[in-house]
Amino acid sequence: MTEQIPRTEDPGVISEILEKNPELNAIGAYEYGWHDSDEAGSQAQRGLNTDVVEDISGKKDEPEWMLKMRKKGLKYFERKPMPTWGADLSEIDFDNIKYFVRSTEGQARTWEDLPEDIRNTYEKLGIPEAERERLVAGVAAQYESEVVYHQIREDLEAQGVIFMDTDTALKEHPEFFEEYFGSVIPVGDNKFAALNTAVWSGGSFVYVPKGVHVEIPLQAYFRINTENMGQFERTLIIADEDSYVHYIEGCTAPIYDSDSLHSAVVEIVVKKNARVRYTTIQNWSTNVYNLVTKRAVVDAGGTMEWIDGNIGSKVTMKYPAVYLTGEHAKGETLSVAFAGENQHQDTGSKMVHMAPRTSSSIVSKSVARSGGRASYRGLVQINENAAGAANSVVCDALLVDTISKTDTYPYIDIREDDVTLGHEATVSKVSEEQLFYLMSRGMAEDEAMAMIVRGFIEPIARELPMEYAVELNRLIELQMEGSVG
Amino acid sequence: MSTLEIKDLHAQIETENGPKEILKGVSLTVNSGEIHAIMGPNGSGKSTLASTIAGHPAYEVTSGSITLDGEDVLEMEVDERARAGLFLAMQYPVEVPGVTMTNFLRTAKTAIDGEAPKLRTWTKDVREAMDKLKIDAEFANRNVNEGFSGGEKKRVEILQMELFRPKIAVLDETDSGLDIDALRVVSEGVNRAHETNGMGTLLITHYTRILNYIKPDRVHVFVDGQVAEQGGPELADELEAEGYDRFLSAVRA
Repeated sequence: MTEQIPRTEDPGVISEILEKNPELNAIGAYEYGWHDSDEAGSQAQRGLNTDVVEDISGKKDEPEWMLKMRKKGLKYFERKPMPTWGADLSEIDFDNIKYFVRSTEGQARTWEDLPEDIRNTYEKLGIPEAERERLVAGVAAQYESEVVYHQIREDLEAQGVIFMDTDTALKEHPEFFEEYFGSVIPVGDNKFAALNTAVWSGGSFVYVPKGVHVEIPLQAYFRINTENMGQFERTLIIADEDSYVHYIEGCTAPIYDSDSLHSAVVEIVVKKNARVRYTTIQNWSTNVYNLVTKRAVVDAGGTMEWIDGNIGSKVTMKYPAVYLTGEHAKGETLSVAFAGENQHQDTGSKMVHMAPRTSSSIVSKSVARSGGRASYRGLVQINENAAGAANSVVCDALLVDTISKTDTYPYIDIREDDVTLGHEATVSKVSEEQLFYLMSRGMAEDEAMAMIVRGFIEPIARELPMEYAVELNRLIELQMEGSVG
Repeated sequence: MSTLEIKDLHAQIETENGPKEILKGVSLTVNSGEIHAIMGPNGSGKSTLASTIAGHPAYEVTSGSITLDGEDVLEMEVDERARAGLFLAMQYPVEVPGVTMTNFLRTAKTAIDGEAPKLRTWTKDVREAMDKLKIDAEFANRNVNEGFSGGEKKRVEILQMELFRPKIAVLDETDSGLDIDALRVVSEGVNRAHETNGMGTLLITHYTRILNYIKPDRVHVFVDGQVAEQGGPELADELEAEGYDRFLSAVRA
């Protein structure tokens, strides 16, 4: 298998991969879900009201205008009804969620402190003893609401690139926030964006100056580590004219008994001829509601690319959007969703053409198994005067068994005659002949199934940086284990 | 030394009009190092025999037995049969989109051997085997069977056979659709596996053409789901001259 982490036979390779990509330690360990002792979280208040919002803003020592905006967000959140057009959100209990948790120091842990199933996983992977201690330390070095740790290479700083957590950025670079915060996704855009505006904490801020190409991907990791803690990170990326940046976000969460909520807002400003690529592989545990608003505004000649992988969560509703506001602006979304037992992935993309000769494409691949449901929901809007606009949508769904479900909701709103549109949708099932072929080559049924599924999403996996492709493949393999009777 | 033993095998397939028996009492024994040719007209059940040995779920064995070195093959899953040392070169290999040959070959080899092949020697083995079968190196990066011509698919089946080193291989009309050069190359592959690994072979074919390159120890004439006659290589020559008519009329009588 090309980019798959080998099993026990070859322990050297995995430690080598992990050595080179220490970030894998963080995203690789959560498949069974676990959590540190939760000192910070236990003290946080549940439920949401003006006091909570004031408390958050006060603790962060924010400017007055931000507190006002938070309060406005709260008002919109309370006023707006729950959306009922998508996935079932009726079980979310907003009064039982902790809206702000400030993490204490990361606890150093030992191998023995890990739950048995995690230890077993490491053993299954064949990670040698010395490596384990390092892994444990790596895993423990994760924090909560505030992204405490951001690494940026010195040469980037020298280029004038700003990359820091959003709270710090608000203090150190308030001018960007006054101009752009809430400009791409207004405070009252939707119920969950309003909620995020009211209680946001953490997230990333990126500014890339004119003409600067950031050669290495910027990466951030978030982790929910408190039961019922909402994670409301807020990310703002500004790519100035002719610049380029690739931002990678990885999300994972341990499993708890009751449901938690992740509701992020990501705003991206792509100026003239700039290009931004934003990659996410979310692997939230299967009790997390993942309700995220992501949107980019692209000026003339600019390009926005969303690469969006949804593996985990109980419910995900996420439709990365691109507003093409300048001539020849481009938008692209590549998305892959994997819906297993009790999961509903309601994902897709929005492309809004507001200027002539803008172009966009959406490629969506989804896999459903064990009764999971994968929905594609997309909007292509071409405004008047966006002459010569072009869009193509391709959505392919793969059903692994007969009890799973896939559906497609493509919305198209065209107000201009001179446009080019293409839409293709396929639904396929894993064929008996493919399974037979692979099994006749010695592969067990779930291994064969995983290989077919990996092949199906390969067009998206190949767009990912190597370590993410490896991780995605391994996640799929874990998902497929025991998926066949 | 391995032995594949098929005894009085009956198998059926589900059709719209209920089950239909296709194999009607097949008995055959293939030992390591032996090459058995099964020849018969279209629709005689040759390919059903191949698929049944490999465990294709469409075919249900109603009676009889298949054993490999005394182990009950019919009790094994498809993948267990492969790991036990059986290989089927398929007549119509399927495409697996998005999975490269390199990835596929290594995964299969790992599954069959129970351990990953040594990276350095494996890469070399694959390259050499491809070279001998005149498969362009570029195929390693292509997706399994995707967009391959009929001849390319067959070469790739033989490539797998050489790399996986089965005890017994069943070749299901591997010669069909091959031009003369491809036929020679593929035959050489079978002969190599035969000579170097002592592989036993069950060669299923319509035509005697391939027998110019691969010399069978035994020839079985397969008609209406049964072995109608067995003999040495001379039986193939007889078929070449007279066709299947004699056997077909015997069945109809």
